[in-house]
Amino acid sequence: MKIAVCIKRVPEMDVKFRIAASGKAVDETGLKWDMSDFDGYAVEAALQMIEKLGTGEVVVISLGPDTAQEVLRKALSMGATRAVHLKSDQVPFDSAAIATALAAELKGGGYDLIMFGKMAIDSASGATGVIVGEMLDLPTVHGCSKLEIANGKGSARRELEGGAEEVTFPLPAVVTIDEGIARPRYPSLKGIMAAKKKPMESKAAQLGAVRVTVDAMALPAERAAGRIIGEGAAAVPELVRLLQTEAKVL
Amino acid sequence: MPNVLTYAEVRGGDLRKVSLEALSAARALADSHGAEAHVVLSGGPGAGAHAAALGEHGADVVFVTEHEALAQYNPEALSALVAERARNGYAAVLVGASARGKDLAPRVAAKLGAAILSDVTTLKRDGDALVATHPVYTGKVLATLRLTPGNGPAVASLRPGAFTATQAPRTARVEAAPPVGDASTVRVQVKETTSADSRKLDLAEAPVIVSGGRGLKAAENFKLVEDLAAAFGNAAVGATRAVTDDGWRPHSDQIGQTGRQVSPELYVAVGISGAIQHLAGMRASRCIVAINKDAEAPI
Ligand SMILES: Cc1cc2nc3c(=O)[nH]c(=O)nc-3n(C[C@H](O)[C@H](O)[C@H](O)COP(=O)(O)OP(=O)(O)OC[C@H]3O[C@@H](n4cnc5c(N)ncnc54)[C@H](O)[C@@H]3O)c2cc1C
Ligand SMILES: Nc1ncnc2c1ncn2[C@@H]1O[C@H](COP(=O)(O)O)[C@@H](O)[C@H]1O
Repeated sequence: MKIAVCIKRVPEMDVKFRIAASGKAVDETGLKWDMSDFDGYAVEAALQMIEKLGTGEVVVISLGPDTAQEVLRKALSMGATRAVHLKSDQVPFDSAAIATALAAELKGGGYDLIMFGKMAIDSASGATGVIVGEMLDLPTVHGCSKLEIANGKGSARRELEGGAEEVTFPLPAVVTIDEGIARPRYPSLKGIMAAKKKPMESKAAQLGAVRVTVDAMALPAERAAGRIIGEGAAAVPELVRLLQTEAKVL
Repeated sequence: MPNVLTYAEVRGGDLRKVSLEALSAARALADSHGAEAHVVLSGGPGAGAHAAALGEHGADVVFVTEHEALAQYNPEALSALVAERARNGYAAVLVGASARGKDLAPRVAAKLGAAILSDVTTLKRDGDALVATHPVYTGKVLATLRLTPGNGPAVASLRPGAFTATQAPRTARVEAAPPVGDASTVRVQVKETTSADSRKLDLAEAPVIVSGGRGLKAAENFKLVEDLAAAFGNAAVGATRAVTDDGWRPHSDQIGQTGRQVSPELYVAVGISGAIQHLAGMRASRCIVAINKDAEAPI
């Protein structure tokens, strides 16, 4: 079994972002970076599949500047077999442009399963994996919260509003991973040492035409400070009054 | 100026509110250049009955495709159908970003070789371009994105609740359209498993959300949250990851960075600390009430 996982390097979100002087991006000074949440779930799910089978390889792919190699190295230290860095100094907010580059790399790679995160937590588009699946004309399942692969077939669960759907599909296939399948392991010291010797290939990304561009980025309006209304049931009449007269939500 | 196409999602026999919101957005976009709003309506036999409701909300033309293979969500057959329709010179294809809309929109975009704006909260036309607001970095930053289409249409998915479904009554022309290709020979087979509470108000549609966290201490105490939601009459129930991890609630109820993103009028957070990943899903709520014994809790 040969699995590819596409992972994106994104900032950790536990900060107050600032807007860069250009007004079109966030200021990256002082940000910490990691692989996007759902991509971590996908890497873990891929590793568990290979471990269960006892054979196979997990190839991790990331498009971005040289720093993208950090998350690739992390995935290698978790246990991935080898890494491909698609070098691009700009990472556009255009899912189709990125998907074009990823599809070009994946095509002809002989993968049984190609995995993505459901969405990258910086761009929050949730489109790239599906577009790659369509570009490669492979069966595609978006947002799997359960996934089972056996005998050349897959089955998955997708969460809906107030329900779910059970999906079956043949391999090779493209899947994007939701929460609920696997939490990423921490790289062990042994894993980190081993990762240093694993192959990391770097080549220029073949981005598609960029048709979605950023006009501006801004911080949303600050919320007014909160207020403590009271304690226990005694606070309820005042709360209801405020919800009716001030917030006007009742 | 070319027309605008939308897709009407029917689930469990009902027309989804997100689809009416998308139609209203399409109506506004079409009106801004004197064009028409068209809708693809598909489903099992009888789905066409929703055409009148679409006319009420401003559809000039409704293309109805009824087929057994479309009674269930059929991503491959449906995306082929919508993309084929969109090839008839449309300016844009708008889809409500429900769970299924989020799956459908990028498929259609890819089939058309089009660019896509995902999960937008505002949308307007600027010449040939579409300009939209899209919350990025877990809602901590608002991006204004510009899509400059090539030859084909632009595709956009619209965040549920961000656009208002408004009446714009007219008698829609209804045209029957055959499925594209053989709708029954698809690779991805979908079977919906309706949960017991599928009739309940969805998180994306509810004006009020009552959400519970680990402060509730035990699964059975979630009844307090459900009772409060029931007392509002127009509320849905949400949860934190601490709660869905413990299996007190299904993952589909989870609100946050790796759950649902919601923006109700009123969000009641019961026993929720307000971790950054939870805030990512509900910070856009208009009014937030927290019930918490810790006055310093970040919520
Ligand atoms: C990658 C990643 C993604 C994540 N994604 C999400 C996500 O999508 N959604 C999400 O919610 N979390 C997410 N989390 C988890 C998040 O970090 C928090 O752990 C979680 O939100 C905490 O849930 P909680 O508020 O229910 O529990 P706690 O943080 O344990 O808070 C419980 C609260 O209850 C209060 N309390 C206790 N007793 C009472 C009482 N008797 N009366 C009133 N109040 C009381 C406490 O004061 C406390 O504030 C994610 C974490 C990671 C690492
Ligand atoms: N620059 C990138 N490099 C590698 N994978 C990416 C990149 N951007 C997006 N992806 C993949 O596509 C998924 C969805 O991204 P998005 O459509 O931007 O939300 C991510 O979870 C990744 O799996």
